[in-house]
Amino acid sequence: MDIHEYQAKELLSKFGVPIPRGGLAYSPEQATYRANEIGGSVWVVKAQIHAGARGKAGGVKICRGDEDIWNAADGLLGKKLVTTQTGPQGKLVSRLYIEEGTNIEKEFYLSLVMDRAKERIVVCASANGGMDIEEITETEPDSLLSVVVDPAVGMQGFQAREIAFGLGIEPALVNKFERTILGCYRAFRDLDATMVEINPLVITGENTVVALDAKMSFDDNALFRRPQISELRDKSQEDARETYASDRGLSYVGLEGDIGCIVNGAGLAMATLDMIKYSGGDPANFLDIGGGASPERVQKSFRAVLRDGNVKAILVNVFAGINRCDWVAKGVVLAVEELNIKIPVIVRLAGTNVEEGRKIIAESGLKIEPARSLRDAAEKAVAAARDNPAQAA
Amino acid sequence: MAIFIDENTKILIQGYTGRIGSFHAQEMIGYGSNVVGGVTPGKGGTEHLGRPVFNTVKGAVEETGAEASIVFVPPPFAADAIMEAADAGIKYCTCITDGIPAQDMIRVKRYMRRYKKDSRMRLTGPNCAGTISPGRAMLGIMPGNIYSTGRIGVIGRSGTLGYEAAEQLKELGLGISTSVGIGGDPINGASFRDVLEEFEKDDDTDAILMIGEIGGPQEAEGAEYARDHMTKPVIAYIAGLSAPKGRTMGHAGAIVTTSGESAAEKVEILKAAGVTISPTPSDMGSTVASVVAKLKDAA
Repeated sequence: MDIHEYQAKELLSKFGVPIPRGGLAYSPEQATYRANEIGGSVWVVKAQIHAGARGKAGGVKICRGDEDIWNAADGLLGKKLVTTQTGPQGKLVSRLYIEEGTNIEKEFYLSLVMDRAKERIVVCASANGGMDIEEITETEPDSLLSVVVDPAVGMQGFQAREIAFGLGIEPALVNKFERTILGCYRAFRDLDATMVEINPLVITGENTVVALDAKMSFDDNALFRRPQISELRDKSQEDARETYASDRGLSYVGLEGDIGCIVNGAGLAMATLDMIKYSGGDPANFLDIGGGASPERVQKSFRAVLRDGNVKAILVNVFAGINRCDWVAKGVVLAVEELNIKIPVIVRLAGTNVEEGRKIIAESGLKIEPARSLRDAAEKAVAAARDNPAQAA
Repeated sequence: MAIFIDENTKILIQGYTGRIGSFHAQEMIGYGSNVVGGVTPGKGGTEHLGRPVFNTVKGAVEETGAEASIVFVPPPFAADAIMEAADAGIKYCTCITDGIPAQDMIRVKRYMRRYKKDSRMRLTGPNCAGTISPGRAMLGIMPGNIYSTGRIGVIGRSGTLGYEAAEQLKELGLGISTSVGIGGDPINGASFRDVLEEFEKDDDTDAILMIGEIGGPQEAEGAEYARDHMTKPVIAYIAGLSAPKGRTMGHAGAIVTTSGESAAEKVEILKAAGVTISPTPSDMGSTVASVVAKLKDAA
């Protein structure tokens, strides 16, 4: 799960990470009010979206007065900001973060990630702040410092100092860096994060250390024990199709094509999308209905897939283990009848109770096309989508 | 001889008396697996499915001599259950549970290093369908009847995609020595490389099918191992060609975050290492069959 910059900053500051003063605004009036509260003569108006590279996309504005702030806020609110990380559809700006201007002396890059090869939390830093990590690994790979944290004892002070000295921080500021890095580590560990990125971490003209930007992602599997993180979810930043599905306990990822997919198991679901591609079509979504798929769950899946107006055909691919094909078949028949589905539906069943399942489909009298194998199903779905001019909605 | 489990392996079920544990315990017993008992804290001393229930894994191992365990414990307590198995001297553990926090798994992996390598428990999963040595023993949740006995080793992250492979192999008259699920989580037990090593040593396995997916470094590590240390042929399919970058595709570990993690890149790495690629998920069986036919011609 991703959160906004202002939320990440608030969390990190509780772990001793220094941040500039700032406040949230939902309107231009609020934005100017916040700026006056903060005081000073330079402010930054920052669009809050779940994506990086906002600066280059015009999502961060430096302002020098009320009118400036009002105009910046007015221009950003309600806008779909398109950055290199949002995709072409962009992300809606509905919150702004107003921050005091910072007198930047030097910029650094700091991040904490879960390293899958090392199976440890790894802390990375570079003196090339402001560049993104891909840029740094490509152009300045030697500038990247990293330390690996032993989970048995956690990150130690010396490891944070190694980074600070490695970055060439002057001795008087090393303590501040150490506290900042250790604070990020503790936040990562205690909140079940999967990523913390401070870019840039800056030294100011006043010789202080401050996190100018902050990004955090969290482990979805750990949200059950982090209710305070779950509360930070902002559905406006998600694909509406995905929000609908995830609210109903379905694992769904929206894609750009026109063949809706309902599959059990994540690996088989990915393979089904691949097979559609190989057969010359384009999947509209990834959807894993999970283990014990009841007829109701199958029906829910159909509803979720049909919310995408681009869908011209639906492919159901279920290899039943714990599942039973007759159950899935009942769900398909129920969905096609009750949802009055007019577009082609192709069903491939395999595994437990497959014959009973196929019989239910055949005897339903509905226009549901059976398929014998994954390839057969994909080819039929691609042909059906190509020949079907009508769309679901 | 198969790898990890056979008909003699004494099996313990952790989370034995729960709904899911009971259901699959029955299936495993029905398959002929040598289930010697189960663990549910607080229910020790009772009997379930005709077998004893224990409070602790240690107690169960002392009484029954159990060597392998399967974990059905819910996500908040699953890491604890795996560590308990490791501490009690279980040799092989597979964890079915989906949804364990990644930092819990980091702790599990660190904890297991307390034991010397030769006495360290072997873990597969979590978030997998388990392990099956067809005709001998099933330690998992798969439908046993789709696996025929034979000489192909299978390693995969996904349960149902593994079933797909088993069915394709069966239709071509090919059977399986052992099929091992390593799970779809970012931090897991045995990797492709670890299981390839076991299959290379196994007299009952002629060729290995590895079914990978996007995300993480383990497919590439497996490729390197196959190139440098294996005499047996390896066939691979990588799922997730159409997965967009930065999105989690169902499995917590199926996400492309850095270079080398996409399906296309993994296919290139495997090819370069001499691994035969199944071009589509529907060709897993036929690709294995053609490699096996060449082996026979050469012999």
